[in-house]
This record gives sequence, structure tokens and C-alpha cells, in this order.
Amino acid sequence: MDKVQVLQFVAAALFALGLTGVVIRRNVLVMLMCMELMLNGVNLSLVTFAHAMGSAVGAVLVFLIFVVATAEIAVAIPIVLLLVRRKRTLDVGSFSDLKG
Amino acid sequence: MGLLTLIVLLPLLGFLVNGLAGNRLGKRFVSVVGCGLPAIAFAVTVKCFLDLQAGGWAPLAETAYAWAVVGQSSFEIAFWFDRLTAVMALVVTGVGTLIHIYSIGYMHEDKSYARYFAYLNLFLFFMLLLVLGKSLLVLFVGWEGVGLASYLLIGFWFGDMEKAAAGKKAFVFNRIGDAGFLLGMFAIYSALGTFDMPAINAAFMGASTPAVSASLVGILLFIGATGKSAQIPLYVWLPDAMAGPTPVSALIHAATMVTAGVYLVARMSGIYLHAPEASTIIAAVGALTALMAATIAIAQDDIKKVLAYSTVSQLGFMFVALGVGAYGVAIFHVYTHAFFKACLFLGAGSVIHAMSGEQDIKKMGGLGRKIPITFVTFAVATAAISGIPPLAGFFSKDEILWYALASGRGGSVLLFAVMAFTALLTAFYMFRLFWLTFMGAPRMAKEVEHHVHESPASMTGVLVVLAVLSAVGGFLSIPHFLEPMLPLPETMAAMQPYHYWVMGGSIAIAATGLAGAIWFFAGDASRAGAIRAGFAGVYRVLSNKYYIDELYDRLFGRPLVWISDAVFLRLGDRMIIDGTLNGLASVAQRAAGRLSRVQTGSLHKYAFLVLVGMVASFVWMWTHG
Repeated sequence: MDKVQVLQFVAAALFALGLTGVVIRRNVLVMLMCMELMLNGVNLSLVTFAHAMGSAVGAVLVFLIFVVATAEIAVAIPIVLLLVRRKRTLDVGSFSDLKG
Repeated sequence: MGLLTLIVLLPLLGFLVNGLAGNRLGKRFVSVVGCGLPAIAFAVTVKCFLDLQAGGWAPLAETAYAWAVVGQSSFEIAFWFDRLTAVMALVVTGVGTLIHIYSIGYMHEDKSYARYFAYLNLFLFFMLLLVLGKSLLVLFVGWEGVGLASYLLIGFWFGDMEKAAAGKKAFVFNRIGDAGFLLGMFAIYSALGTFDMPAINAAFMGASTPAVSASLVGILLFIGATGKSAQIPLYVWLPDAMAGPTPVSALIHAATMVTAGVYLVARMSGIYLHAPEASTIIAAVGALTALMAATIAIAQDDIKKVLAYSTVSQLGFMFVALGVGAYGVAIFHVYTHAFFKACLFLGAGSVIHAMSGEQDIKKMGGLGRKIPITFVTFAVATAAISGIPPLAGFFSKDEILWYALASGRGGSVLLFAVMAFTALLTAFYMFRLFWLTFMGAPRMAKEVEHHVHESPASMTGVLVVLAVLSAVGGFLSIPHFLEPMLPLPETMAAMQPYHYWVMGGSIAIAATGLAGAIWFFAGDASRAGAIRAGFAGVYRVLSNKYYIDELYDRLFGRPLVWISDAVFLRLGDRMIIDGTLNGLASVAQRAAGRLSRVQTGSLHKYAFLVLVGMVASFVWMWTHG
């Protein structure tokens, strides 16, 4: 098993860990952090492949993802703060006002 | 602006002034405007008549306004003044002005004084439009307009539901006739491409026959005339129209508007000369109407109802004259009838005024000495309508009887017999009315009797003028005057020897009617009472007007109400239209109710489903890759 393969496994594990966290955790902030985990799994995979191919394109793309992720967090955290101020809880289960 | 346009516009101006600002102007000003403008219109009409005479009777024509130009056709508001128009316009403005003046006294107490004069002027405007219009289209606008004015004035006291309903009835029955009129107009336009009446007459009189049956057009136009001129089967609105103020009954429902149908047929005589079938129908309908209305009039007790049925009957006389081709004679009767019937109605108004609103002749009697001017003028008009020479009605009715017998265009002994009998009935019921009102012992309550008083001079003056006209009006031979335009029909040679017999006969008929009425109703009217008791069944049918209103109600009224309610309202409106909308709405609501359960509100479930979707698509790609 060479280095690339190992890194790919680590990336996949990171992604799966994040996804599992999003699905099973009830705390909104934890869910957000898990989403970051998934993003980083993808980033790791990208960087690994870019290095293996000897191309800088993948690395540039990773920086782009960082920027997008930062913007996403900058929007998501205030939303979470507003939600918390409304319901006084971080439990995602209590935000079900649009339930049919 | 020409003189003819001026005649028409003067009453319209009166309508606008009184209608828009009348309540703020005071009764005196309203009266001056309301009566002054028709009087000026009358003066202008006289001026036009003199112009017509000076111009060697060549018709005056005037185009006021190009209404619409569509391709090659142009629809103009044009006026036309020939001998026929002259007679009609003089009667309309002359009698109209007199009745306006009478109204000052009659309506003095009414709180809607300005509205009354505004409506009356509006009526005069439309009536002049009808009479002066050169094209059928202008005539039709006037025709509808007088119907509107009639509706407004019948229901003038609309606070009373019965009066409002009478106005509605008049309007509806006129609309039925108008449908026929419109179809006739369409038929004429599609065949000739013009509404110009002189041109239409010329086309039907010309060498090549137009591509439409003259009888069809004639019958359709006559259906319109039956509505407006209260002939069978559409006459039932006229007796109810007496709900309006009495001067309105005199002006609209006796002297002018109801003769519009007669005018229409006479004006379109070019068509009817080539429509023997239509002419036969007109004569038959006229004779039947005259007879039927006269029999009903015998058994009525309301002074205005008697006069109303008398009007229907006299209109029948006019249509008989039209049916046998004696158009000038019909117009002659229009002209004499306008005087004596206006005089009778206004006299009745004066009686009602004196009796503090009482209209039942059973509760009158002995009024002759208390209201002498009304009494004398009413007597003259009664004698005139009964055909006693040398009063106006004698001349016109005698000519109608003569042409009913001898005209080469459908005169017959049967027609003559029916009309002669009707003339007898006319004399009888008119003198019955006269006797019960003015002669004998008073039958009213004491306080009413104490209150009886003669009307003011503005009312009695008009009565005197109309009585004089009813007396001497017949010496102007209108048929002779109209002959260059509306030639009289050939008379059958075989009947020629009987001409003076007919004249003598009509005098005898009038005298018999008079004598009969006096014989029956003199003293305490016990002879009439005995007859009534002997023929109780007949009397009941007559006093209930042959149950025609009830028949129409069963035949048309109730089925229409049922269809409107069951089919249009309950099935059409509520079930189909409302049902479709409500159904669609509830389908959407229910479907949305089911679908909304998909939204659980649980973020984990959504995320899980995304995960499942992603895994599924990966698996699919793997297996198909």
C-alpha cells in the first residue's frame, strides 16, 4: 500500500466520520463542525491527487474551498445564534416549525 | 345648428337644467324652464311648418351629426320634416306643452317637483327624436328613450312597490316588442344596406323588389308597434301604467308615446303597401284589441283604468285604419285622439285632485255642479270620443269606419261590424263613466264632499284649450293634408252608395251608446245593477280583464321563475359554477394535506435521505460504469 492510497483512506474516513456526525448528532454546532470535517476530507483527497499528478490545479482548488467554507461558516453561525436566541436550545429536533 | 335640431335639443336642455340643478333652483324657476323650453320648441315647430309650406311642401332635411362611419355605410343623426312629421311634431310639442303647464298645478305639492319636470322634458326630447328622425336608427333611439322616460314616470312614486312594479312591467313588455322591431331593422339593413326611411320606402315602392319579404319586415316592425302602442298580445302594461301621475298618463300613455307604433307603420307605409299579409294581421289585431279593450272598459270602476282601456281600444281603431291602407286616416285619429284623450285624462286628474285622491267612480257622483269647468270640458271630450258630430272624434272615427267597410285594401263587412259595435261600446262606457262621475247623487264621504273644489286656473285653462281643440279639431282634414304623401286607398265601387249610411250609422251608434248609458245609470243605476246581477259570470270575467294577466303569469311568468330558480340559479350558478370552483379548491386542499406529511421537520431525516440518495447514485454509477 503506497502513500497515496493511505492518504485516500484517511480522506474517506474523515468524510465518513463527518457524514455520520451530521446524521446522528443533535447539536447544531457539532453538526456544523462535522460538515467542516467532511469538507476537509474532500480537501485532503484533492491535495493528495494533485501531488500525485504533479499538477497545481488541485491545490488551488483547495484554497477556493477554504474560502467558500469560511463564507459558509460566516453565514451559518449567525443563523445558529438567531435560532438559539429564539428557542434557547441547540437541539436541532426542536426546530421543526415547518412540519406538515 | 338648424331649426330641426333646435326643436329636439330644447327639451333636452330642460332635462339637463332641471335634472342637474332643479332642486336648488326653486319651483318657480323649474316651472319656467320645464314649460318654457317645450313652448319654444312648439314655436320653432310652427316656424318649420311655415317654412315647409313656403317651400312648396318639399321635405326639410338636416344632418346634425355623423354618428358612425363604417366602411361605405354612414350612420347619421339626421332629421326630416315632411307633412307627416309636421302633424306629429305639432301634436307632440303642442299637447306636450299644454300638459307641462297643467302639471304645474297638479304636481305643486310634490317634493320631487324638479325631477318630475326633468323626466317630462326627457320624454319630450326622445319623442321628438322619434318623430323627427330620418333614419330608423334615430327613430329606434327615440323609441327606446320614450320607453325609458315612460318607465321613469310610471314608477315616479317608486316608494310604492306596486307603482315601481308597474313601471317594470311596462318596460319588460316594451322590450318584448322591441326584439321584433330590432329583427325587422336587421332584415331591412341586410337587404337594403340603409336605415334611411325615405330610401327604404322608395326601395320597396321601386320597380325591383328588395331581397327581403315586405310582409316579414312588416310583421316584425308591427311586433314592435304592438309593444309600444299596447295592442294584443302586449297591451297589458298600459292599464297598469296608470300608476304614474295623471298628466303623465295624459301625455305619454294617451296622447303621444303610445301612438308611436301608429306613426311607425304610417311612416313605413311603403313596406306595408306591398305587404298584404302584414296589413291583414294589423287590421285583425287592431279590431280584436279595440273590441276586447272596449268590453273590459265597461266593467272597470277606476276612472283612470276606464280611460286606459279606452286608449287601448282607440289605438285598435288606428291600427284598423292602418291595416286597410288608410294611413292618413290613422294619423287623423292620432291627432284628434291626442286632444280629447288628453282632455279626458287631465279632466280625470282634475276630478282626482278635487276628490283628494279618490279614483273609484262608485264613490263619486254629482260632481257636475261643484267643479263646473272640469265638468263641461269633460263632457265635450266624452262627446268627442264617442263620435258625436261635429266634434273631432266624429270625423276621424267615421272615416275609420268607412274605410273598414269600403277600402279596397282589406275592408270588409265583418271588420266594419266589429268596429261599429266597438264604437257603440265606446259611447256606452264613456257616458257611463261620465254619468257616474258627474251626474246623479253624490256617493262620497261627507268630509271628502265638503273638500271638493275646482282646480287652479293653470289646470282648468289647459282643459278649456283642449276641449276647444277636441271640438273643432276635426274640421282640419288631416287625411286630405297627408294625401300627397300617404294616398288613401281605393274604395270598392260596390260600397260607394253606402257612404252616407255609414256616416248616419256612426251618428246613430254614438246616440245609442249615450242613450243606453243614461238609461242604465240614471237614478240609482238600478237597471245596470240588475243587468250585472243577471250576467254575474260575464261581469266577473270582464272586471277581471279576461284574466289575461293571470294567464300570462301561468304561461310565461311562473315557468320563467321556475327555470331561473331551478336551472339557472340552483343548477347553473350554484352547482356548476360555484361547484366547480369549490371542488377544485377542496381537491387542492386535500392533496396538500396529504403531501404536507412529507415535511417531518426533522433535519436528521433529511440529511439521512440525502445520504441514502448519494449512496444509491454511487452504487448505480458503480454498477453501470
